[in-house]
Amino acid sequence: MNATEFTLSDLKRILLESAGADGAGLDGDILDSRFEELGYESLALLETGSRIEREYGIVLDDSVLGEADTPRALLRAVNSRLAPAA
Amino acid sequence: MSTPVVVTGLGVAAPNGLGTRAFWEATLAGRGGIGPVSRFDATGYPARLAGEVPGFVAEDHLSGRLLPQTDRMTRLALAAADWALADAGVDPAERPPSDMGVVTASASGGFEFGQRELRNLWSKGGRHVSAYQSFAWFYAVNSGQVSIRHGMKGPSGVLVADQAGGLDAVAQARRLIRKGTPLIVSGAVDASLCPWGWVAQSASGRLSTAGVPERAYLPFDARAQGHVPGEGGAMLVLEDAGAARRRGATVYGEIAGYGATTDPRPGGGRPPGLRKAIELALADAGLVPAEVDVVLADAAADPGLDRAEAEAIAAVFGPRGVPVTAPKTMTGRLCSGAGPLDLGTALLALGEQLIPPTVHVEADPALALDLVTGGPRPARLRTALVLARGHGGFNSAMAVRAAAP
Repeated sequence: MNATEFTLSDLKRILLESAGADGAGLDGDILDSRFEELGYESLALLETGSRIEREYGIVLDDSVLGEADTPRALLRAVNSRLAPAA
Repeated sequence: MSTPVVVTGLGVAAPNGLGTRAFWEATLAGRGGIGPVSRFDATGYPARLAGEVPGFVAEDHLSGRLLPQTDRMTRLALAAADWALADAGVDPAERPPSDMGVVTASASGGFEFGQRELRNLWSKGGRHVSAYQSFAWFYAVNSGQVSIRHGMKGPSGVLVADQAGGLDAVAQARRLIRKGTPLIVSGAVDASLCPWGWVAQSASGRLSTAGVPERAYLPFDARAQGHVPGEGGAMLVLEDAGAARRRGATVYGEIAGYGATTDPRPGGGRPPGLRKAIELALADAGLVPAEVDVVLADAAADPGLDRAEAEAIAAVFGPRGVPVTAPKTMTGRLCSGAGPLDLGTALLALGEQLIPPTVHVEADPALALDLVTGGPRPARLRTALVLARGHGGFNSAMAVRAAAP
């Protein structure tokens, strides 16, 4: 894959595919909500990270998933690997 | 005297009815749920009939968060546990978490889920295996998911003994209540109607290869030639009888006695253990054989196993000494789910004073059983005995007694 940017809508789609959503889903401004508050535990994030890796051809260390506790942090971590410094 | 333990809630997911009411109406009417396998293409296998639970739409019962992490057996178990708790009038949110536990049985775990992920592993690689495989196919997953859903943090566990395990789980639930946990959700749901589960069950050599449902599963019949597997089971809410009475709960009946044995090594000349399991259950319940009003049989539909069961029943109760029935002729054999479903059936029978029938069977007169066939039989029912045998020599027997009026 040659995707140049991993966006919030990409993340929402993969979260839904990986771990589903409760009634309210992922509507609204969730960029700075903690994954835990959104109802996603570590296993849901592990599965989400695994799908991001497959789809975007990158590798995310376990520590990345542990530390990125909001969608904004995860987007930043993924995008930093999609566009490595030259 | 040990604390009496009673059943106050029942949730059923059976091949001849989703929900207790649908199941019981079908069971009294002799309406079965056995048909051609539809959950996967079974046309290339020797056995092609199964009892499948009809009309279960997981999305109607479970949140989107649970769907990616659950096998069919867990989805059915979660729904059945919800129904059992609602039936009992119990709101788990109002109780201390440590006062509630969950004990289920499982014969195979989440095979459909596990097969899909193992296929991903070997065809695409480890990075394509769901993280939820880490628990979704485990034996204990139904206990875990039910306890998480309802915030039940008391003792939990799972029993594995093929068909006998379903009764063993309820017995363990009773032990835990007697040790001080007031409420345990127990029972079992198995659902492994997928190629992997089918091959595993076929390996027993006991599956019927008949093509017509009416001829496929005929326990205690001279034409018996194996059983039809099915999916589903039942979940029960068990409570300390005193606690149930204090809250004014409606009681289905008491789990009055239990016995379990293991068969001796084949070829050793010692008798099979079912008779002893029955005797242990009756002694535990403080019952003499004449006080047992009906027996729900294991009903293997294997000529040797049918004879062994008939002999055990006759040895305890005398030839044609007690009405015997096998409502599982309508559902197929449900692995761990069979025992709890038979317990539910027995309790409903006590409530209605009707013995549900064994369908399609013409009892082999040589077996000396008073088999209830043709239609439900009205009877004065105060106690019932449920039998279950698991592949590998497991024998369990459980007696239930009607609630005191």
